[in-house]
Amino acid sequence: MSASPPGFELVTDNRDCVVLRLTGDWLQDAAQRPDFADVERELHGLSMQALVADAGELGEWDSILAAFLLQVYQLCRDAGADFSTRQMPDGLDRLLGLAMAVPRHRREPEPRRPWYTRMSGRGLLRELIDRGNITLGFIGEIALAFGNLLRGRSNTRFSDFRECCYQAGPDAFAIISLTSILVGMILAYLGAVQLLQFGAEIYVADLVVIGTLREMGVLMTAVVMAGRTGAAYAAQLGSMQANDEIDAVVTMGISPMEFLVLPRILALMVMMPLLTLYANLLGIIGGGIVAGGMGITPLMYIHEGQTALTLTHLNVGLAKSVVFGLLIAVAGCRAGINCGRSSSAVGQAATEAVVTAIVYLIIADAAFNIIFQQLEI
Amino acid sequence: MSAAHIEVRDLCMAYGSRVIQRDLSFDINRGDIFVIMGGSGCGKSTLLRHLLGLIEPTTGDIRYNGRSFVQANETERDVMRRSWGITYQSGGLFSAMTVGENIALPLQLYTRYSRNEQADIIDYKLALVGLAGYQDYYPSEISGGMRKRAALARAIALDPEILFFDEPSAGLDPISSSLLDELIVQLQASIGATVVMVTHELPSIFGIATNAVYLDAASKTMIAYGKPQELREHSDEPVVRQFLNREPHEASEESA
Repeated sequence: MSASPPGFELVTDNRDCVVLRLTGDWLQDAAQRPDFADVERELHGLSMQALVADAGELGEWDSILAAFLLQVYQLCRDAGADFSTRQMPDGLDRLLGLAMAVPRHRREPEPRRPWYTRMSGRGLLRELIDRGNITLGFIGEIALAFGNLLRGRSNTRFSDFRECCYQAGPDAFAIISLTSILVGMILAYLGAVQLLQFGAEIYVADLVVIGTLREMGVLMTAVVMAGRTGAAYAAQLGSMQANDEIDAVVTMGISPMEFLVLPRILALMVMMPLLTLYANLLGIIGGGIVAGGMGITPLMYIHEGQTALTLTHLNVGLAKSVVFGLLIAVAGCRAGINCGRSSSAVGQAATEAVVTAIVYLIIADAAFNIIFQQLEI
Repeated sequence: MSAAHIEVRDLCMAYGSRVIQRDLSFDINRGDIFVIMGGSGCGKSTLLRHLLGLIEPTTGDIRYNGRSFVQANETERDVMRRSWGITYQSGGLFSAMTVGENIALPLQLYTRYSRNEQADIIDYKLALVGLAGYQDYYPSEISGGMRKRAALARAIALDPEILFFDEPSAGLDPISSSLLDELIVQLQASIGATVVMVTHELPSIFGIATNAVYLDAASKTMIAYGKPQELREHSDEPVVRQFLNREPHEASEESA
């Protein structure tokens, strides 16, 4: 069947009534379709009381015609004219009836200030202070919950703690192994190239041992755990929030801090030093592999490494790891507990947890190094 | 070409070794408002996901317009899917797009409308579901009932031949849900589509369904097929009569 092109004709029956005669096939594939603007232009000059849409010569039709007629209807209504139809296909008449049934919703225009006024220093400062307040409040609640735990009046369950320990510890072995060996190797390469110029390549062992124990072992473990466990905490608690589970915990008379947050924080604070020890060992082995490739025998590497290895260096790393564990867990749990109730909010919470945790880590690490420098540790 | 729009033949659905439903055979005729009903956990939504091709059946066949969907390849399936409109249980609107952009997406993908025409069509589709003027709202800014209607507007964007609904009235108050039912009937009558609906809301079932199938969780197969009003009075299965008359019975406790 060959489609005849769609069109319309405006006929003025008498002074007040305009007839809109629709002709041809109004289909979306038609090459040339009349535009609503055409009707609007032609109707503009006429002061009409009523408009009748006549479909007596209409062929086939689809949504595009209905959309067209709806606009004509709206034009009539705005002009205060009556709109009626004649010889419409039954379905089209029903559809128009549905579409005209509910008046158009008008959105209140929101006052939008230009971006530079929204970027004001005071606003940014206030936002920063608000965020700080939330975090401080959160830390305060953790402290109270911890106090309750010490006095034996807490609702923290040991089984939750054990489960969290398993997730934060043994489950992370594989990825920690990979990253720490590689970081040990990177340290060794970095040092070896420089030390070779002085013929002092044996000191690669010192560099790897001190660098890994004091800095890289713990920092890389913390970064991996922030991405792995911190984000998981935010996602777990966030989806509990979205699922009304946290409300259920509260209405059972249990503090979510004691029940949900504390086991996670404690688990990470316990597992981080253990993971750091493991990462230190693997980092030193990784450095040894590279040193072996440069002609330093394993025995020489171990001997030289032993002279650099002191308890102080080890303790510096372990002290950092406990604090880093606390920071990662706080960032993750805070983002999760303050999560919104939609599924997209859970994703935002996980992202926020990782970003905040890494910022915390870098700041804390810098602070540690300054303090240790001043104390000459 | 066979008369039925959708034919289900000896369909068996299973997750791994756990059989959900077996030996399902029924027809959905053109222009029907067809309801898949049954107690909680009987596999209603699973059947719908099979019809939509989101899950592959273990055995059996599903035919649209006499053409097998199960044996069709991905390209053929996409062509078949283009004539479907689907409304998911919680709407399934893309939360990162406004309502208008949600409806524009199928238009951009599958039609050659100009930007202005798209805007006209969006306006018209939203007016149909009673949401004219809500183009610029994000799904999170409107109520649950409005989200369902907006999802319906997206489903009918391409004038589909088949409309699928998963629990259209779940989470809606009786008034919104009866308005939605009314809207479905009106749309069905005017665009002449076949409607396939999963629900266990009795008002919807008796109000709008022209044909129905009842899936039983205990025997893991369909035990009734026909017009709901007739099933309520004359079904051979006591479970179906109890379900449709809203009487408590022991079997439903077990299967729940």
